[in-house]
Amino acid sequence: MAAFLCVYLLGMLESLTDRMGQALRNLRGVGKLTEDNMAEALKEVRTALLSADVHFKVARQFVEDVRQAAMGQEVLKSVTPGQQIIKIINDELAKLLGEGTTGLADKKPLRIMMVGLHGSGKTTTSAKLAKRLMKDGYKPALIACDVYRPAAIDQLETLAKQIEVPCYTDRTSQDVPKIGRTGWDWAKEQERNLIIFDTAGRLQIDEDLIGEIKKLKDKIVPDEVLLVADSALGQEAVNVAKHFHEAVNLTGIVLTKLDGDARGGAALSMKAITGVPIKFMGTGEKTDDFDIFHPDRMAQRILGMGDVVSLVEKAQETIDEEEAERLAKKMQSNEFNLEDMLAQMRQVKKMGNLGGLMKMMPGMNGIEIGDREETQMRRTEAIILSMTPTERQTPRLLNASRRKRIADGSGVEVKDVNQLIKQFQQMQKMMKMMRGSKGKKMMKKMQSMGGMPGMGGGCGGLPGMGGGGLPRF
Amino acid sequence: MKSFFSKFKEGLKRSTPTFQKIFGQVGGIFSGKKLDAASIDELEEALYGADFGVETATEIIDEIQAAYRKDKELRGQDAARIGARVLERVLEGAEAPEDWLGEADPAVICLIGVNGSGKTTTTAKLGWKFKEEGKGVVLGACDTFRAAANEQIKTWADRLDLRLVASHHNADSAAVAYDAWQAAKGDNAKVLILDTAGRLHTKGNLMEELKKIRRVLQKHDETAPHHAWLVVDGSLGSNSIEQARKFHEAFGLTGLIVTKLDGTSRGGALVGIYRELQLPIYFVGLGEAKEDLQPFSVKNYTNALFGLEA
Ligand SMILES: Nc1nc2c(ncn2[C@@H]2O[C@H](COP(=O)(O)OP(=O)(O)OP(=O)(O)O)[C@@H](O)[C@H]2O)c(=O)[nH]1
Ligand SMILES: Nc1nc2c(ncn2[C@@H]2O[C@H](COP(=O)(O)OP(=O)(O)O)[C@@H](O)[C@H]2O)c(=O)[nH]1
Ligand SMILES: [Mg+2]
Ligand SMILES: [Mg+2]
Repeated sequence: MAAFLCVYLLGMLESLTDRMGQALRNLRGVGKLTEDNMAEALKEVRTALLSADVHFKVARQFVEDVRQAAMGQEVLKSVTPGQQIIKIINDELAKLLGEGTTGLADKKPLRIMMVGLHGSGKTTTSAKLAKRLMKDGYKPALIACDVYRPAAIDQLETLAKQIEVPCYTDRTSQDVPKIGRTGWDWAKEQERNLIIFDTAGRLQIDEDLIGEIKKLKDKIVPDEVLLVADSALGQEAVNVAKHFHEAVNLTGIVLTKLDGDARGGAALSMKAITGVPIKFMGTGEKTDDFDIFHPDRMAQRILGMGDVVSLVEKAQETIDEEEAERLAKKMQSNEFNLEDMLAQMRQVKKMGNLGGLMKMMPGMNGIEIGDREETQMRRTEAIILSMTPTERQTPRLLNASRRKRIADGSGVEVKDVNQLIKQFQQMQKMMKMMRGSKGKKMMKKMQSMGGMPGMGGGCGGLPGMGGGGLPRF
Repeated sequence: MKSFFSKFKEGLKRSTPTFQKIFGQVGGIFSGKKLDAASIDELEEALYGADFGVETATEIIDEIQAAYRKDKELRGQDAARIGARVLERVLEGAEAPEDWLGEADPAVICLIGVNGSGKTTTTAKLGWKFKEEGKGVVLGACDTFRAAANEQIKTWADRLDLRLVASHHNADSAAVAYDAWQAAKGDNAKVLILDTAGRLHTKGNLMEELKKIRRVLQKHDETAPHHAWLVVDGSLGSNSIEQARKFHEAFGLTGLIVTKLDGTSRGGALVGIYRELQLPIYFVGLGEAKEDLQPFSVKNYTNALFGLEA
């Protein structure tokens, strides 16, 4: 059971170190994010954003904003400031990308106008959207308003047939606003309550054609105006989104061709410049290849630093600082019970490999922890789990018959249970000691010596821990 | 017909204020004004804004800065000339070779690329160009996948009065290529242009389909296709480089066509592609009409970018 104590002590040290906070962190080098310790990582981030095609200015502004907000923030113990700022950038990126709702106006009938550059995916997306919203009880109709691209009407009509949705076409007219208006009336007659208007691709600087969608918009008064944009768009994404937004007041963006490997920085550019929410994404050529937009996935894709992000996430998840704080307080106030011990063991366990963990702890270098100790720890856990909550909270209730029951329940022998209880009592004693001035001195000594006196040979050699008291301290 | 240069410049003028300021003729850092540190900063922004990518942008800025250190009297126009010169150097050899069409009868041109990049439109434009030059041409409708792809290319063929070989939706695209070659041969056509379905470079199975087209063509002529051109959308960013790399690996490209340069995009990614793969750029697409296709000229491109007169 020495290993258990060792682990336990470790958990406690963990809490204590938490409480000692700043001082210890400084031992490891860094406590807070500063201009200096973030600089290199931020440079890397900027390059990453630029190579993901985020607009130059957007990248610069974004990094600057995050840098300022992060300044002075505490650094988690097990990561470097560089890693932490990358994680912060990633989160801010996801936050920015995810601003606004992915939902469409909650209306029936609902009219949607699709706009965008040539070949961005408007026609395909019109069909995808119709198909998806059918599942939400909509009865869609598609209106073919692209009178320029050869066979654009056929394309929409073909897709409409595929998804079994009626499609309005007029091959004799070039008057797009009129086609739209007539199509709307037609759809109403058919009792359709979702009307999607597919328009021709156009350059955002083409005044005539931009004028055309403005007029179309006036006629059909859409509830949603969606910009369909290729996720591989370059720096011009900013101008594209800005001009379309100014012209027809976008209500959403659909990113297409995300089944490719474009990093998709254009998404950030467009979002940052217009504030228009990104609502959907196209993930293939088929009408089912469509999904609502996932900002967190997109953020990782743009930044391309998933490894670092998940590393920091793990550290954040496992070190539950509040819980550690709570347990430490309990230890100080003499209320510490078996329940808390279980909680603490679990915290330690969550952090993964115990051996690796030891190395992270100040003064615990060179202590070997292996499989045997892990097994013992599991056994201890099983014993505590076989106790009732009341028993865990008030260990002195544990009489012989209860101990027998617990041993049976956890598949160990009574002597193992006895040993655990004895050790718990010793621990309580130790804690009492540590609360005193002697304990504080010990902690200091450990720190300055860079090792725990008497622990050279592993936990087994921890003097006094098997018998009683902590004589050497 | 407007020249590439004037069309390009027109696009520039209509572009955002920043661009006008930097790349335009008047008042910007490339005007007669003296340069300063702030304008070099603006320059950096403009270069990134053109999708040049880190490498090319850095190279151009470094040279301008070196010149500026030597001569503090450097004016915007001089900086523009330096920038254009660096770019010309990078793009040396990027124009189509002379007499590129070759001797084969028919010379087979395959247009491939990601979805929506402009393959079909370019097929039509090229067909019309050859026809205008008095060369017999046949188009092959090898996109048998996308909705109404056949109708689209058929509309073009009718409009321009070009011979088209097509099959039905979901037919084997390689079989269409095979038949189209035979038709071109029978017609004594000089050129066969094959329009293929858009596909993302990341899709292995669709890449295999392309290879099959090649294999089948080679049953007729071992040297076919004589030209395998990637049609790149000029408004895309750095992913174009990845596209080119993958298509080149899978299919063996011989050149590029960059489309949609009639907008405000500078198509700077083509520089990155050229740097890496040294594939010549045969044509640029400048609009949706049949005549909106121009041979690529390094000089015109670089001058237009830096707001210099031809
Ligand atoms: N402004 C502009 N539009 C272009 C140009 N080339 C093609 N387009 C437009 O871009 C859209 C897509 O062109 P397509 O020729 O159908 O492209 P594709 O590569 O065949 O597309 P898929 O077969 O669907 O993959 C159409 O609306 C064309 O009219 C160009 O140079 N400039
Ligand atoms: N791989 C992939 N292709 C797409 C996606 N969305 C559209 N496409 C393809 O992109 C091309 C252009 O789409 P289309 O709907 O005709 O674009 P439009 O010109 O904006 O109407 C077609 O080949 C579509 O099949 C997508 O999410 N992924
Ligand atoms: Mg369309
Ligand atoms: Mg096509």
